[in-house]
Amino acid sequence: MLLYVVRRLLYAVPIALGVTLVVFSLVHIAPGDPISALLPNEATEEMLQQARKEFGLDRPLPVQYAIWLGHAAVGNLGVSIGSGRPVADEVAAAVVNTVILAVSAGLLSCLLGFVLGMVAGLRRDGLIDHLVNLFTISGVSLPHYWLAILLVIVFSVNLSWLPPLGVGPDTSDGWRPDWAHLRHLILPTLATAAIPMAVIARTMRAGVVDVLDQDFIGTLRAKGLPPRRILWHVVRNALPTTLAVMGLQLGNMLGGSVLVETVFAWPGTGFLLASAIFQRDLPLLQGTMLVLAMFFVFLNLIVDLVQSATDPRIRRS
Amino acid sequence: MNVQMTIPEAGPRVATAPLLDIAGLRVAYRGLAGWTQVVRGVDLSLAPGRTLVLLGESGSGKSVTLRAIPGLLREEGARVEGHVRVGGQDVTTLPPAELLKLRGGRVGFIFQEPMTALDPVFRIGDQIAETIVQHRGVSWRAAMATARELFDLVQIPSAERRLKAYPNELSGGLRQRAMIAMAMSCEPELLLADEPTTALDATVQIQVLLLLREIQRERGTAMVFVTHDLGVAAEIADEVAVMYAGRIVERGGAEQVLLYPRHPYTRALTNCVVQGSYRDQRLGELSGAPPDVSRLPPGCSFAPRCPARAEDCLRHEPDFRSLAPGHDAACLHPSGPSADPSSRPGVPAGSPKGH
Ligand SMILES: Nc1ncnc2c1ncn2[C@@H]1O[C@H](COP(=O)(O)OP(=O)(O)OP(=O)(O)O)[C@@H](O)[C@H]1O
Ligand SMILES: [Mg+2]
Repeated sequence: MLLYVVRRLLYAVPIALGVTLVVFSLVHIAPGDPISALLPNEATEEMLQQARKEFGLDRPLPVQYAIWLGHAAVGNLGVSIGSGRPVADEVAAAVVNTVILAVSAGLLSCLLGFVLGMVAGLRRDGLIDHLVNLFTISGVSLPHYWLAILLVIVFSVNLSWLPPLGVGPDTSDGWRPDWAHLRHLILPTLATAAIPMAVIARTMRAGVVDVLDQDFIGTLRAKGLPPRRILWHVVRNALPTTLAVMGLQLGNMLGGSVLVETVFAWPGTGFLLASAIFQRDLPLLQGTMLVLAMFFVFLNLIVDLVQSATDPRIRRS
Repeated sequence: MNVQMTIPEAGPRVATAPLLDIAGLRVAYRGLAGWTQVVRGVDLSLAPGRTLVLLGESGSGKSVTLRAIPGLLREEGARVEGHVRVGGQDVTTLPPAELLKLRGGRVGFIFQEPMTALDPVFRIGDQIAETIVQHRGVSWRAAMATARELFDLVQIPSAERRLKAYPNELSGGLRQRAMIAMAMSCEPELLLADEPTTALDATVQIQVLLLLREIQRERGTAMVFVTHDLGVAAEIADEVAVMYAGRIVERGGAEQVLLYPRHPYTRALTNCVVQGSYRDQRLGELSGAPPDVSRLPPGCSFAPRCPARAEDCLRHEPDFRSLAPGHDAACLHPSGPSADPSSRPGVPAGSPKGH
């Protein structure tokens, strides 16, 4: 087990380095000149050169990459061209908002997905199974921004129950765990949780159905174990796959959804990424992408380790 | 039928109440086209400590009959008629809580494929201990100590380490030994084994078989053992029952049925076997395929393949007939010499001795 952990950790290093290279190249290959977007149209060639020099964009690419990597390694992601604030601060604030949304939607989708999937699997082809099936098929097929807009129309516009935009009543301050802020969290949570919940439920159901068909269920019955003890075996067997899917779904949510965050004006990483792109804010874009990519490398590592800890079959291979 | 002979034969059997008593067992599964009757009236009984071998071709209903004994067909949605009594308790009408006590407690079960029959994500020791905790209500620690002793009983070396292993970390032979330990963990009176050695290598097969017989004799456990293998049957059987298309067609003492088969089907199964040298002989090849249990012919279900078929065979489904004490066959025209209890292999049947 320890060997597996060490090996898996070592694998993560070249992956992480590769990711930085890809992030850097993507931003620099992308067409358009960030400086000309920043400066007024009538800016002279001289002013452009001056600005490029200020942001270090006049150096050869490998040098730029090395400098950027060195700074990133100590947490310095540069300064946002748009706001003039450090990219690290901007990203940190956005990450907090996205994490709040992801945790809330993650809890909802994991709990509900797990329970619905389990019940559907146990009552295979029963009424509950068909209902859950219908529910989860709609869950995975509806575009989540469409659902987000629908939620806003129904609950904010028509019913006026819940606020449609922002993290709280006052946009300038951050999120706080009180009812005024929780109200703002409800609709984004529902919109974010729908697809992951459906995916988790379907995975869990498939796992339960698969386990129930296995020979060892007969052995457990023949041993005289009561149904709840057999259920424990079923859950333990279906869990590794479901956990992996939960991890990946949670990861996706932690990455932030550009569309859902934009619909609800939720100032998370997705929202930040979108504004960085529209404003051609190169350092901000690079910094946000780097943080997100590193996060996914880390997440995959965690998922692999957790899965191998819960499933003895993986460790051997 | 010689009356003087039946008395000493029947005497000890009548004295002991049967541990297992199956009467008129019928099992049907729901298929696409209605119910299919896969077991069509099985009667069996077994005294404590004895070993019964169920023989028969694939699909004849051996496993279903075996699973009916601890009431496992309830969870399969099968339709079960008739009675199955274990130690006087009728399994078919037992309340669920009582049934759970019977399973794993009074009745142990060993499956064919130890790889798939053990839960892959639980340690072997835990799987045994949970059975003991369930039935004995002892602490986990005490159950683990018992599991450890059971590993010694089934001769698994490095028991401490193996208890902590997962099923995929053991060889097939060790897994099946662990399975035996699990089935024996609550000292059942009746052990049910569904082809427990078929999935193993030949040499391991023999070791596991001998181990099973030794433990069973030592503890006085009765056993119903399903197999295709005549050599295995001859090795361990006290009694043999031969199944065909969901019914028992011949039953009796091991020697009577295996050496002096009277039903044409049993004769066909055993025809390639030379008397006294069963080892490694598979069931003999029969011409034709086993019948489709959902579309059986009228009359004797074996008639279409029977070399000794007569005209009346196609009209009546034959009832059991006693051929010798404790030896019955469901055949209108049983062939071959009758077993002479005093004769031994090599001594021609009908020799002057005995009569
Ligand atoms: N759970 C089930 N659902 C439907 N049909 C079943 C089920 N279990 C068994 N059957 C059917 O019952 C019949 C007898 O099956 P069984 O498993 O008892 O045969 P068997 O004598 O043990 O054969 P084998 O030697 O291949 O193990 C077969 O036709 C099989 O298809
Ligand atoms: Mg079988």
